[in-house]
Amino acid sequence: MYEQYIIHTKPENTVENGTVTGFQVGAKLPYYRGLGISMIEDVQLTIDGKAVAPENILVVLHGNTYTLKQMETEPEDRWEFGEVGTIKVLQPGGLVSGEHTVELLFNLRVSYMPVNAIRKYSKTFMV
Amino acid sequence: MADIKRGVSLYSFQEEYFLGKMTMEDCIAKAASFGANGIEIIGEQMVPGFPKLTDAFVDQWFGWMDKYGTTPVCHDMFLDFKKYKGYVMSQLDQLQSIIRDLKFANKLGCKVMRVIVSTTPELMELAAPYAEEYDVKMGIEVHAPWHIDNAWMKRHYEVMEKMNSPYLGFIPDMGTYTKKIARIIVDNFLRKGASEKIAQLVADSYEKGVMAEYIVGEVRSMTDKPIDIALAEQARHNSYTNPKQLLPYMNRIFHIHAKFYEMLDEDTEYSIPYNEVVAVLKQGGFKGYMCSEYEGNRHIHDAFVVNSVEQVRRQQLMLKKLIGE
Repeated sequence: MYEQYIIHTKPENTVENGTVTGFQVGAKLPYYRGLGISMIEDVQLTIDGKAVAPENILVVLHGNTYTLKQMETEPEDRWEFGEVGTIKVLQPGGLVSGEHTVELLFNLRVSYMPVNAIRKYSKTFMV
Repeated sequence: MADIKRGVSLYSFQEEYFLGKMTMEDCIAKAASFGANGIEIIGEQMVPGFPKLTDAFVDQWFGWMDKYGTTPVCHDMFLDFKKYKGYVMSQLDQLQSIIRDLKFANKLGCKVMRVIVSTTPELMELAAPYAEEYDVKMGIEVHAPWHIDNAWMKRHYEVMEKMNSPYLGFIPDMGTYTKKIARIIVDNFLRKGASEKIAQLVADSYEKGVMAEYIVGEVRSMTDKPIDIALAEQARHNSYTNPKQLLPYMNRIFHIHAKFYEMLDEDTEYSIPYNEVVAVLKQGGFKGYMCSEYEGNRHIHDAFVVNSVEQVRRQQLMLKKLIGE
């Protein structure tokens, strides 16, 4: 459900104060309603087959930035239905120009489902 | 005016909304253009900032209702009792969550709230006085694979009878009358690599009424391909029961989810025999809204452009004819 919409924009290098600190992708939540952030149990990003360490992933939603750890305890703020969030990967130097394959996975704890919904999508881009 | 009224759950247009092709106002306008003047909404789907409601939004909402001649009918609530990892919310906190949604429904002028099927009868009992306070009827959604006569619904019915409150009842989802497994679901599995032979077997066996356990068992004996097993398990997620089963409960039914997967034309839903169900609803004297709930989107959007508007248009025409407007 909604898997093919997970990756909304292609990866771009993140430039902060003139330095490339990593890269980021625009993303949408693969679910049919908004969810409180604490129910997004996990976000995993794999770049060219290599998994990014959880501590190097940040999620930015309407100006609020969360580490995966911080997301666990944020029940009020929500990732709205259809909202484009940004997944930032801390990786000094970012991505070199060329072809890159991104896989993005969301693990959603939806209360009425007996097991979590795990949805992912992979796409190759020219960066 | 016919006893049975028509409405649309804006859920039906979720694909276009998600992709930014339709705004909430567009969704309301489309529903109205089909003569479906009852509006149902999932607050958590289309109201940014849920559960907060700004005065500006509420004004706009009622402004749209005036502009398009529509009426707010139902808010669909969720109960996130697993808000934190490894922790299940206390019953008191769950009750607070329900009250939050009752207030939300009340502010938007909805007289009915869809209660998600996993909600316990005990919670319904605790929440009943608040439903009365906010003047919002709470209907437990009778969603496949549950059906109105199974054990869970029987427990709910016992609470309804015990409380003897007009604020508690059922919202049957027409997905419980899925006579044939939606071919768009089967096709989706085929695109994901399920075998033709298994697909045929599952679709045929389901239609014959073979029990899901037998279908899954037979498929397991033929293959261990996970996608084939998952397809067989579709038989477990769907249900078909005799619609006459609704008749003893008519005094507890105040709203209907007109779930559908695929309108072939303006008369026929591929899976659900609407003519049979609407006939029973008429016989039982149902006087509430039947709200379109298009759910084909998620099964086809991997391969096709979804046209929810056309699907809802067809279903509304079918309902209009069957209701006898």
